Amino acid sequence: MPHYPFPAIAPAVPEILLAGLAMALLVLGAFRGERSTREVSWLAVVALVAVFIVNLAQGGQSHFAFYGMFVSDAFAVFTNALVLIGSAITIIMGLQYDEDERIARFEFPVLVMLATTGMMLMISAHDLIILYAGLELQNLALYVAASFNRDSARSSEAGLKYFVLGGLSSGILLYGLSLVYGFAGTTGFADLAQLFAGGGPVSPGVIVGLAFIIAGLAFKISAVPFHMWTPDVYEGAPTPVAAFFAVAPKLAAFALFVRVLIEPFGPLFAEWRQIVLFISVASMVFGAVAAIAQRSIKRLMAYSSIGHVGYALIGLATGTAAGVRGILIYLAIYLVMTVGAWAVILCMRRQGRMLEEISDLSGLSHTHPALALALAIFMFSLTGLPPTAGFFAKLYIFFAAINAQLFGLAVIGVVTSVIGAFYYFRVVKVMYFDEPVAAFDRPFSFELQSVLVVTAIITLFFFALPGPLIGGADAAAAALFVR
Amino acid sequence: MIHWPLLSLVTFVPLVGVFFIIIARGDEAVVASNARFIALWTSLADFGLSILLWIYFDPNTAGFQFVERADWINLGGFSISYHMGIDGISLFFILLSTLLTFLSILSSWVVIKFQVKEYMIAFLALETLMVGIFCALNFIVFYVFFEGVLIPMFLIIGVWGGDNRIYSAFKFFLYTLLGSVLMLLGILAIYFQTGSTDIEYVLAHANLIPFGLQKWLWLAFFASFAIKVPMWPVHTWLPDAHVEAPTAGSVILAGILLKLGGYGFVRFSLPMFPLASHFFTPLIFTLSVIAVIYTSLVALAQTDMKKLIAYSSIAHMGFVTMGIFAVTSEALQGAMIQMLSHGFVSAALFLCVGVLYDRLHTHEIARFGGLVERMPAYAFVFMVFTLAAIGLPGTSGFVGEFLILLGTFRVSTTEAVLAATALFLAPAYMLYLYRRVIFGTLTRVDLRGILDLDLREKAIFVPLLALTLWMGLYPTSFVRPIQVSANHIIEQVTAAVDSAGPLHASLR
Repeated sequence: MPHYPFPAIAPAVPEILLAGLAMALLVLGAFRGERSTREVSWLAVVALVAVFIVNLAQGGQSHFAFYGMFVSDAFAVFTNALVLIGSAITIIMGLQYDEDERIARFEFPVLVMLATTGMMLMISAHDLIILYAGLELQNLALYVAASFNRDSARSSEAGLKYFVLGGLSSGILLYGLSLVYGFAGTTGFADLAQLFAGGGPVSPGVIVGLAFIIAGLAFKISAVPFHMWTPDVYEGAPTPVAAFFAVAPKLAAFALFVRVLIEPFGPLFAEWRQIVLFISVASMVFGAVAAIAQRSIKRLMAYSSIGHVGYALIGLATGTAAGVRGILIYLAIYLVMTVGAWAVILCMRRQGRMLEEISDLSGLSHTHPALALALAIFMFSLTGLPPTAGFFAKLYIFFAAINAQLFGLAVIGVVTSVIGAFYYFRVVKVMYFDEPVAAFDRPFSFELQSVLVVTAIITLFFFALPGPLIGGADAAAAALFVR
Repeated sequence: MIHWPLLSLVTFVPLVGVFFIIIARGDEAVVASNARFIALWTSLADFGLSILLWIYFDPNTAGFQFVERADWINLGGFSISYHMGIDGISLFFILLSTLLTFLSILSSWVVIKFQVKEYMIAFLALETLMVGIFCALNFIVFYVFFEGVLIPMFLIIGVWGGDNRIYSAFKFFLYTLLGSVLMLLGILAIYFQTGSTDIEYVLAHANLIPFGLQKWLWLAFFASFAIKVPMWPVHTWLPDAHVEAPTAGSVILAGILLKLGGYGFVRFSLPMFPLASHFFTPLIFTLSVIAVIYTSLVALAQTDMKKLIAYSSIAHMGFVTMGIFAVTSEALQGAMIQMLSHGFVSAALFLCVGVLYDRLHTHEIARFGGLVERMPAYAFVFMVFTLAAIGLPGTSGFVGEFLILLGTFRVSTTEAVLAATALFLAPAYMLYLYRRVIFGTLTRVDLRGILDLDLREKAIFVPLLALTLWMGLYPTSFVRPIQVSANHIIEQVTAAVDSAGPLHASLR
């Protein structure tokens, strides 16, 4: 009888722990019913924090599990940490909103935890099969979350749209994966890398498969021309869900994108670079131009996120460790400032109704000076103006671009950031220059206030202590290039 | 020399004021009054500190003084250090910044009635950023300050500006941002060429940058500085910004922000890209002459006082860019003096307009006339600064223009002659303005009761008046600290151009 050793699960402990805790909370919620929402939510946050600690305890070394299909390395630890922070904060931010909108159900934190498990699996995937499994686990949870406000036509529409387009993109991705498997004969990242590293001609089937994979993943990070779902879903989904979509899944998909292209397909850099260059430029230009005409702040944030994906893709187009480091710094800072901006959007409530128009922010500097200041800081940071954190995000991206001699891309990048400045500053203009309208409902929930204060402080004073983030990103990026 | 971090103090003391204003509590009137006093005392203290710089400054060396250095970010092969230091080029700009901020705060004492707290915070933050620009000796630190300036200025124009303030604020912001992001790419390219973001290091190793790259870098920096100066044809944001900005905003804009362009040319473009500077000199000369003649003519046709002075600023700055790129010792010193002089004079002229605006809420020339009858002290002050703007000998305006023309004449006679047309165009538009506002008969009813300068306003004008005359009568005090640094730059550029061979030296 053959001997099957017990798999080395140590590298996957954070994922397993999170999945287990999600099940436990599901059971708890099912027994306690609707009134346990707050309790389950806070327990979910505690669980995410615990997993965060376990994740950090993994250390920076590369460990493989499940016969090389799963990896825990500095890159995974870093991006997992970002995703966990993003998920935990969105659960906290949504609490009050869900209660006010009468959609507070204990399933929401559980769904977020399950989606997060999927994301962590994507990040640590070292095999095309695991990649797909993680992605689908995430997607299924997100489809439900998008239509979470099930009595609202808008929310259901957003969920359906997300489901149809997400299903389509998953199909494209799966088709690409199977093409690669068919022509390369393996699904392991290490084997693929070894296969392509030999030089030699690569079968066109692999290239076509690679193009499909990129298209499928571009859907997930909402890069142009696969971005169409983003504004509609952000607008339709309940605001805390939209905030969640804007952050954690995007980071995870981006990390997956980077790992797939750099690790197994790294030797095919010359082939995929063209595509990445194109979607980067298209996203930057489209994100900047299309946002100008938006009236809804949620749609504005959607186009803004498309633009930011374009900037981060510059780092990928360099194909260097400096570029990946730039991406990781960018994603971390994007996480902070985007969460902050969405927290402000969650505060926009007047006489019990949520507001979504930019014009509803008129004269916010008179009615809520602190809130206006916080949003202004986030807008300056999203523009990339010093001394805010957003500047350093762009600095490291452009640093990598110039290093890789991508001058044209860098120039397009800075020009679109000036165009983008127009609409970010329009928000500042509305808050500071326009006449005030009625104030928002007070008080803002304690959770929202805390999130706002923390994110605003990090965004504004990042320059004082940039070392930990940049150092962490540096180590994480290096991990992708040593093998 | 003194051994405490004087430059950091001068740079960051205003932020202490910001902190105290933020924590000020009480009802609105009390907070407003506290904010005014905190801002006033902070900016005065900062001005005092900056005077120490002048006292302890050693005018006999071209090296950087009061140097401070600390590690900031040093990871992954991209090291950025917090490096501060000044030389003769930057010294007076710091003094100008601290002085004008103090006067701006004093001049807004009564006029700013709403959101006083935010206003004072914006000005103090602006002061930190402006001083930081002139102290920074690391490109990234410089850039952080340089671009950071846009935020408070955008808010100052947009919140406390005139009717069309939003259009102007956006125009100002987008124009200058577009220029400075291109410079950022240039900074990164310099880093990969020389291996450092340290300005002092790059200045010493400018020969590492080949001519081909110099041209591109020069253009990237030019995009930023030409918009700041502003040079024709990218000057159009300036008249709009001035007209809509509150008086103190115009003072800072004309007094300091325009100088950032000139400072950038002297600090970076000339010594770091000497061959490219030489190559592009005809371009600069052409644009400068067009700026001088064209904007002077445009100034003649203005019906708005602020716009007129804004256009005259562009003409004056045309002189400055010409002087900088003439690359002679006299012209460069002249350009420096002209920038300082323009710093007081245009600031004072905008303050003069502000005095009328506070009383009648308009800066339309046609609304005034015959003011000399009711406002003799004002007429006197306005006259001195009008004459200084014209460049009358004995005022600061003369020294700069004279040195620039002298230096340029040695390089290009045609250029100097064409620019010299400003010597009769400037009197034409300035005296025409003065005649229409101050002389003539006082016909309008609402002007009959207009009050002359009060004590606070006089206190604002006295230091500017004194400086204008001091610089005009005894320019040595100002030239001496500048001289060694300016000559050092000229030597660097000349040596680089000469050693590059006859191809580049042919113009000399």
